[in-house]
Amino acid sequence: MTVLVYTENWEGKFKKLSFELVSYASKVAEMMATTTTAVTLGEVSDDELKVLGKYGADKVICLKNENLKNLDSQLYTNAIAQVAQAEGSKVIVIANNNSGKAIAPRLSVKLKAALGSGVSQLPLSLSPFTVYKRAFSGGAFAHVVLKTDTKIITLAQNSFDVVENIKDVKVEKVDIQVEAPQTAVKDVQKQSGKRLLTDAEIVVSGGRGMKSPDNWSPLVELAELLGAATACSRPVSDEGWRPPEEHAGQTGKIIAPNLYIAVGISGATQHIAGVSGSKYIVAINNDKSAPIFEVAQYGIVGDAQKVLPKLVEAVKELKGK
Amino acid sequence: MKILVCISHVPDTTTKVKFVEGNTKFDTNGVQWVINPWDELSLTRALELKDDAGAGVKSVTVAHVGNATTEPTIRKALAIGADDAIRVNAEPVDAYFVAAQLAEVVKKEQFDIIMFGIESSDYNNSAVGGMLAEFLNLPSVSAVSNLKIENGKAAITREIDGGKETVTVPTPFVAIVQKGIAKEPRIAAMRGIMMARTKPIRVYEPIAIEPLTEYVEFEMPKPRAACKFVDAENPKELIALLQNETKLI
Ligand SMILES: Cc1cc2nc3c(=O)[nH]c(=O)nc-3n(C[C@H](O)[C@H](O)[C@H](O)COP(=O)(O)OP(=O)(O)OC[C@H]3O[C@@H](n4cnc5c(N)ncnc54)[C@H](O)[C@@H]3O)c2cc1C
Repeated sequence: MTVLVYTENWEGKFKKLSFELVSYASKVAEMMATTTTAVTLGEVSDDELKVLGKYGADKVICLKNENLKNLDSQLYTNAIAQVAQAEGSKVIVIANNNSGKAIAPRLSVKLKAALGSGVSQLPLSLSPFTVYKRAFSGGAFAHVVLKTDTKIITLAQNSFDVVENIKDVKVEKVDIQVEAPQTAVKDVQKQSGKRLLTDAEIVVSGGRGMKSPDNWSPLVELAELLGAATACSRPVSDEGWRPPEEHAGQTGKIIAPNLYIAVGISGATQHIAGVSGSKYIVAINNDKSAPIFEVAQYGIVGDAQKVLPKLVEAVKELKGK
Repeated sequence: MKILVCISHVPDTTTKVKFVEGNTKFDTNGVQWVINPWDELSLTRALELKDDAGAGVKSVTVAHVGNATTEPTIRKALAIGADDAIRVNAEPVDAYFVAAQLAEVVKKEQFDIIMFGIESSDYNNSAVGGMLAEFLNLPSVSAVSNLKIENGKAAITREIDGGKETVTVPTPFVAIVQKGIAKEPRIAAMRGIMMARTKPIRVYEPIAIEPLTEYVEFEMPKPRAACKFVDAENPKELIALLQNETKLI
């Protein structure tokens, strides 16, 4: 049986997302009275692999081959499918991030396993196996029955708490045979030192109400003080006021931080579609009737350029800086 | 080179979502239907490549799985500039079903690049493109933010955590595209709308495929607590509330 969880690693390291996935998978395993196996691809140290045992993995398998260095959706799918078959996995848990979206649908066809994507809760029932997922771009949630014997779940980021569940974890490192990849990586451009928007627990975001790209420094300062990532609305990124990777919303990044601070953002449906999974939303807008206040739990009606510096001062005071 | 752009037919992004029959079915009453925003950008990029003589793109075809009522959406894609269209005459019951139908289309008519949007705005599955690639055993690249064709070869930019990679794959391949692929969706001009009327839509009957999933119920998002307002002159109070009530700062 077993529940299998694919935990991506970033240059040999795991992050909070990996622990969310393992926590989730081990809860599903508990519901099914079975064990949890985690699989990762590439070079990862024994110590790092063992960390997954803190969150409920009974076994961690690390598959190694030079050809698995870069994401090739076919090779990754085949490698995970092999483990799933060897382990007799009936449920496979994968992140709903870029690489998860590249792999999960292929795996679904390969194993003829129903796919539930963007799942944000534990299964509602095991028989029929029913998952709870985002639909209509956050406008609703759906209960979806996965009808096959083997099921695949992609878990929405930041939707499940990391829970400690210490296991006496068994680590296996396996050299596997892999074909040559079809995907050839020619060039990599990394932005270093920036907090990733998709990983951030707090996000400070600016819209057209910021008026000019020159007005961003108090927003950035506030984000730095809060350990937050910065985001923006689509027109702001379209105008080139902020870099495209900051664009949040239906056609940008879909994020679910614990705290989303929207400054000078009107709250159009398409923007909300990308941020409605946030636990708390704070809005700062000079128009009291802006729709953003309908989804916000805290609000200030005022001019962003006057309010932001005061917020920066207040946070500095709080943090004793 | 021949490009196939797969399009989904979705409620306009401003639709107030409602359900009927005991919250088991989406209420289509009064809904305006559009091309899925991602697919519109994907089509735009395919047409840009066709316009660029150096890229050597001969044709851009759109494909859709849906019944006859979706034809206005397909005509819109033709008006925007696609050369021709294929419709598989079936209700798109789930992603697996749709991918299997489109895979049949690709088997019958060969294409070099098959493009999909990263997700459909209705069921948000991010699934059909990858599934089709696996049905046909083709390479697929996901999270594509740029697609160029140079000397008959595709150069693809894909987003990775905290950066981008430029990759190549042999044709035929599947590209699953997202932000960056095109700046603005192309809009149909009058001439395009006139021409679209006579462009061919080939209708295929579906193959027999069992869906793997079933949507049994929908619920609306939980209502959020009403907004607590803080005086603009005193943002300190907001920080105090965030500290005490959310415990996040
Ligand atoms: C298919 C489609 C997809 C889309 N996808 C996205 C998406 O992914 N993400 C996205 O963001 N948008 C998206 N949009 C666009 C969306 O409809 C809105 O146009 C956009 O979100 C508005 O951005 P904004 O809130 O920054 O600007 P505006 O709507 O112009 O709002 C600016 C706000 O700032 C306030 N303001 C003005 N001056 C001040 C001041 N001095 N101090 C404080 N507040 C001030 C105003 O009251 C207003 O509420 C999409 C649209 C379509 C049609």
